[in-house]
Order: sequence, then C-alpha cells, then structure tokens
Amino acid sequence: MTEKKLLGDDGKRLSGRSDVDLRPLSMSVGILKQANGSAMVEWGKNKVIAAVYGPREVFPKHQTNPHKARISFRYVMAPFCSMEEHGRAGPNRRSIEISKVLKHVFENLVLVNQFPKTSVDISTEVIQSDGGTRVAALTAASLALVDAGIPMRDLVSPVSVGKIEGRIVVDLDKDEDNFGSSDMPVGFSHRTGEIVLWQMDGMLTRDELAKGLDMAFEASKKVRELQLEALKAKYGTAEQAETG
Amino acid sequence: MIVDEVKQDYIKDLIKNGKRADNRGMLDYRPISVQTGIIPNAEGSALAHIGDTKVLAGVKLDLMTPFADRPNEGVVIFNSEFSPMAHPEFEAGPPNEKSIELARVIDRGIRSADVVDIKGLSETGIEGKVLGVYIDLYVLDHNGDLTDAAGLAAMAALSTTRVPKMENNLLVRSESSGNLKLARMAMPTTFTFVNGVPLIDATNEEEVASEGMVTISTSSDGFICAGQKSGSLGLKREKLVELADIALNKGKELLRYV
Repeated sequence: MTEKKLLGDDGKRLSGRSDVDLRPLSMSVGILKQANGSAMVEWGKNKVIAAVYGPREVFPKHQTNPHKARISFRYVMAPFCSMEEHGRAGPNRRSIEISKVLKHVFENLVLVNQFPKTSVDISTEVIQSDGGTRVAALTAASLALVDAGIPMRDLVSPVSVGKIEGRIVVDLDKDEDNFGSSDMPVGFSHRTGEIVLWQMDGMLTRDELAKGLDMAFEASKKVRELQLEALKAKYGTAEQAETG
Repeated sequence: MIVDEVKQDYIKDLIKNGKRADNRGMLDYRPISVQTGIIPNAEGSALAHIGDTKVLAGVKLDLMTPFADRPNEGVVIFNSEFSPMAHPEFEAGPPNEKSIELARVIDRGIRSADVVDIKGLSETGIEGKVLGVYIDLYVLDHNGDLTDAAGLAAMAALSTTRVPKMENNLLVRSESSGNLKLARMAMPTTFTFVNGVPLIDATNEEEVASEGMVTISTSSDGFICAGQKSGSLGLKREKLVELADIALNKGKELLRYV
C-alpha cells in the first residue's frame, strides 16, 4: 500500500480526531415525500440518502417467496460524488457487492416472516463520498425502514475501523482508507450485541481484529444514540405518543 | 434446488446432534487435490477439487497501460464465472452478485497480503507499459465451498505462473523469463453456519440450509487479510475472533496443496 503520513506530531489524526472519535454525524428522517420511508445521513463529508418502498408486490414476480418478504437493497454512488473524476452512473462491481452484504443485514433484522409474498425495496444513493459510505448508507437505510413502519428486531448501528500507521482507529475518512493499511466496516444490532455486517481488507493480527471489533462496538453505541435522537425528533418519545 | 430445500430440516437435525450427512467432523475438509499446469496455453493454471466441487483458475499476463493514478504499479484483475454446467441454478449471462462477491473476496485476500508484487509488474523495461495479471476463476462443478476452492485454485495457479520473455516491446509467450514472484501466500477459510454451528467446507445442501457464511482470508505469515460475512447470519464478536484463530490454522492446511 502507498505510504502517506496520517498522524500528526501530536499523535492525533490529521483531522484532529483521537483514535476513537467519530466525524461529525447528523441524521434526518422523512426527507422525501413519495417514499414510504426516507432518511439522510451526513457523516463527515459523506452525504447519503435512503428511501424505502414496501411491503409491496414483488418484481420480478418469480422472486416471490411464499414464506417471507424479499429484501432488495440498492447502494450506488452518484457520478459526481467524489473528489476525483466524473464516475459512471449506476451500479458497478463494487456497488453490487456492497448492495449484497447490506441486503443481508436487513434479511436478519426485518421481521420478514410477518409479510410473506411481498418485497421491501431499499434504495440508497451516495451523493457525496469521503470514506465510509457503506456504513453511512446502512445507517440511513435503518432509519428509512423505521420511517416506513417496517417491523424490525432492531436498528443496525454501523461504523468502520481500520489501521493507520500501525494504530487501530475508528471511522476512517477517505485518506485514511486509501493510505491506511486496513479497513473494516462493522454493523451491530445492540439488542443482541451481534455483528450483522462485517467486511475487512488489509493486514491485521488476530489481536488487532479483536481490538478493532471492540472499538467498533463502543463507537457504534454513539451512532445508535444519534439514530434514536433522529427518530425521536420526527416521532417524539414513547411517552408523547398517543398510542403509547 | 427444491430437493435441497426439502432436505433442510434433515441437515439441521443432523447438525443439532453433532453430525454431518457425510460423517465428517464440523471442521474437516473433504478430500482435496490440486492439478497445476493443465492449461498449457495459459501462463498459469490450476484445477482445485474439494470433494466434488471443482474450480479452475487460469492466469494470463498482458502488457498494458497502467492506471493514470498508479503509473508505477502493475495491474491484477480477478473475475469469476459460474458456468451453467456447474449447477442447475447457474444461468449463462453477465456475472450475478454471488459471482462478483466471490471474485472480490478472493481479490481482497490476495491484494491485501501483497501476494503479487505489483511494483515489480511495472518493471517491464518498456516505456509506458506494465504487466497485467488476469486471474479467471471458473466454477465447473458446484457442491459447496466455492470460495475456498476458488482461493486454492487461484493460489496454486499464481504460484506456477511463468512470466513470458519480453522482446521488441512484445511478450514472447513461448519463452519464459522465470516464474511470477510471490511475496507470500493467502488463503480463504469459509465457515458456513447451520443452526448456529460453524462448518468448514459445507456441501451445497448444507449451504442451502444455512443462515449465512463468514469467510476469513489469512496470509502464510499469520495475518488476517480479508473478511466477509454473507447471508442473514448474526454473530458475536468473540465468536468471530474464535473463527479467525481457526482460519489461521485451516489456511495453512489448504496451503499444503499449493
């Protein structure tokens, strides 16, 4: 991997963050009118929109499952989203793989047995990217599903961890991902403590893997807090709700 | 296939009682064998058998223009083909998400571990040209554990790949200038969860009955170099680290066949 200095003389990261600091993170729920549910997440310089349609009829029809709902997940990056050249619109090999693993997250969390023969279609668009777009997309999708009223076991609260200059740090930005030596996006369901998303590349020792997972778990608690706040901002607290 | 789906309960019951349909241990591979050099026209090739799963890897080298942002690096490209001959559910056509995922997971393990010296691939002595290494993974017969079989085939093919001579700015494929240099090896180990129990080297019917899989690639010098959780499976942090420990040993077991 290409070397580049990613830690300052004060031991902090170039963004001034410590090893466990997240970038500024804000979320809003219900930003689109046509979709059954929607959300936007701004995570550092990342901006990601998620929309959910469903439960609705399955298309194509032969994918109908008589026992459970089908989840479809679309993760794509807009051609203008990066600091580099104009990208190609639509899915590519990378985004197809990411869409697949993000779909699996909601196959775990959505109560798919409650509405068989239907489809829940989740669409996410990265409109600005700066490293960690898949965890931002997953965060937004989770909120959009709640906004659409889709019954779920839990939210998913994801974050990436990685290794830069030999140190395990939380929430890599674009430079840290490109010039660091490892990147590991992880998504947790905090009700069960289970990992529902896990990918990694780069070289980690077994102890670094264990440390990275623990750091991701702690950092993802903050993501979850902000997700709950964003939902409460639109829907109020349980105490305020008329139906309880 | 509908037959495999009907068998799900049987497979799950067996696992609950600590058994597998073919009487293997939970962490045992089926018989493994690898034949290298079976496609003499390719610069490298290997056919990996794990049980009756067969994956053929072919390696071709070409001179090419480097990527604009990486002028001093060669190019390594993985692709996988799920041939319609390999399984009744495989259809001809552009690669589907499973095929893309397979190629990308193998790619990540081998790329992260710097198995192929991509800087070295740029030293062709030809202005503006670097070597490109194309690794194509052909699934010929699918009875489960495609990722491990593809990883094994890829490593075996790469480790027997010869670099053609370069003359007058062209490759002379009939003459070799030596073998492709590999810095280390990398191998995937896939765990398929059935009823919460992780199995090594699952058969197709075990995969159909499963909640999902975790693939962990490890390098020959003891690092974890790629990971992927697939399927609706959820698992605890401690479990994942436990699997990484097993993968570090199982990777070495598979590397003995390279």
